[in-house]
Amino acid sequence: MFQLALARMREFYREPEAVFWVFGFPIVLAFALGLAFRNTGPGALQIGVAAGPGDSTLAATLDSSPRLVAAVLDSATARTRLRTGRIALLVIPGEPIVYRYDSTRTESGLARLEADEVLQRARGRRDLVAIRDDRTTAPGSRYIDFLIPGLLGMNLLGSGIWGVGFSVVQARQKKLLKRYMATPMKRSHYLLSFILSRLVFLILEVVALVGFGWLLFHVAVRGSFLTLAGITILGAFAFAGLGLLVASRAKTIEGVSGLMNLVMLPMWILSGTFFSYSRFPDAMIPFVKALPLTALNDALRAVMIDGAALTTLGAPIAIVVAWGAVSFAVALKIFRWR
Amino acid sequence: MVAVAGLDLTVGAGECFGLLGPNGAGKTTTIEILEGLTTPDSGDVEILGTPWREGAAGRALRERLGIQLQETQLADKLTVTETLALFRSFYQQSHTVDEVLALVELEEKRNARVVTLSGGQKQRLAVACALVSKPELLFLDEPTTGLDPQSRRQLWEIIRRFRAAGGTVLLTTHYMEEAERLCDRVAIMDHGKVIALGTPQELIATLGAEHVVDFALIGAVPEGLIEGLRGMSGVTAARDGSGGLSLTVTELHRTLPALLAELQRKNLELASLTTHHATLDDVFVALTGRQLRDT
Repeated sequence: MFQLALARMREFYREPEAVFWVFGFPIVLAFALGLAFRNTGPGALQIGVAAGPGDSTLAATLDSSPRLVAAVLDSATARTRLRTGRIALLVIPGEPIVYRYDSTRTESGLARLEADEVLQRARGRRDLVAIRDDRTTAPGSRYIDFLIPGLLGMNLLGSGIWGVGFSVVQARQKKLLKRYMATPMKRSHYLLSFILSRLVFLILEVVALVGFGWLLFHVAVRGSFLTLAGITILGAFAFAGLGLLVASRAKTIEGVSGLMNLVMLPMWILSGTFFSYSRFPDAMIPFVKALPLTALNDALRAVMIDGAALTTLGAPIAIVVAWGAVSFAVALKIFRWR
Repeated sequence: MVAVAGLDLTVGAGECFGLLGPNGAGKTTTIEILEGLTTPDSGDVEILGTPWREGAAGRALRERLGIQLQETQLADKLTVTETLALFRSFYQQSHTVDEVLALVELEEKRNARVVTLSGGQKQRLAVACALVSKPELLFLDEPTTGLDPQSRRQLWEIIRRFRAAGGTVLLTTHYMEEAERLCDRVAIMDHGKVIALGTPQELIATLGAEHVVDFALIGAVPEGLIEGLRGMSGVTAARDGSGGLSLTVTELHRTLPALLAELQRKNLELASLTTHHATLDDVFVALTGRQLRDT
């Protein structure tokens, strides 16, 4: 079994593409998303001032606010820019001053408040109550903090299903499975060798992704590393089992690819990898929560963000283990050995 | 669909037994039933004195066998040594990797990846994977199909050495020449049935003659020619095949001049004429009326 697992690993690391998709891709994804959604707060908002009497004075006043960039625009340009979202707000000088904006857009609302504040203050409005801003950024509340555990879960799913599924079907297609059947090899050893080799790569995957998040975005693991390791191992087992199940009958790579997508795509969307699954209608939530990736993501986030202990994670862990055990058992039962 | 029916064979210890026949004759089905990879619909199989069983008994039997399958492609990304180490790990008793590399003369390729090997080298590696278990009985399914003559001879040499060390071999082939050279006994198969069984010499002897004359005429073969030739002395069989006419004769030096004289008398001109010693190919043609290569 050791030799089988060793062979599995060699086949994997000698496939540069596979190595990229398992290790490189999630990191690239985390990097890109981390940059796009970094928490710098809203930057300066672009607003327009419609051409008209007193337009340049108005623009100068508005521009004096550090949070606004104002420019005088003719009416045609102003209309296009407002429509395409390049300016958040159009201020039309006159009596009264008109604010034109799309009230469903968050930054338009902000721009209106800020522009109004600046203009009213310029005309002499005074604060009636003393206030003080107390700005905080709570660690663990950023998007990247939410994302890294999700990517970890998604990566465990992907590498489990791809890694196991493709090698099994390839071996079946090349009649290698049949050749193994002609030796005294134990069937369960063959299947277990996949799980064993997954375990080794799992360590590398987790270290790479968590290490990357920590170095670049200071995503800390607030729970114990041991708990995190335990949960990722269970997740890897479950997904390797699912991968074996997906590959248990398929005779061609094309056939198994379709099945893999069928299994993975719903989970990528539903299981709260990139956004919280609480956005789905309430009726769907129990179903979504029963998916193994949802349970795994929940458990990973609980450990990484909230620092939860293993004992509080009974429900998601039970779901993950159940998926793994059932798919492994079914796979062993229906596996096509030739 | 029934691929093989009514087969009754016994292979003795130390023997090299060949299953011969064209593609689709049922050779692979037969050998896979013997290997315990395919379960027969009916009938009994005993290997080394034991029937095939699931589980531990089956695995114990597999410890004593070496099997090479026709269509197996070994993992491309592994090296020769790694592949052999993997197969070796399945057995309780086995050759070391070095020993088995020496057996198949692949020492200089030990660190090459499987994907870089030539067809002949891949086939030798496949046989090495079968030999690594120190088998008592070696199954080879078309070990030399598609190989160049030199690689084929190398494989023959490996098989001869295995036998010299006391091993038993069961092989399938559609090369009659290979069977003649390697096998003590052969079974000729066609359409899932054994149509002849014996030593290559016995089978050739059933033709009743040692020589075969193949010839072709310029122009059409006239009516009654075949019947006429059949009546000539020393001719045991005459056949009109796709490539021309074919006579099986006992005494070439007497029949050949008579044949030429007969053709001249009928004003028939030869396009070609060749003669050879009768082979298993001729046995197959005599039994089925078809050339082995046509099928």
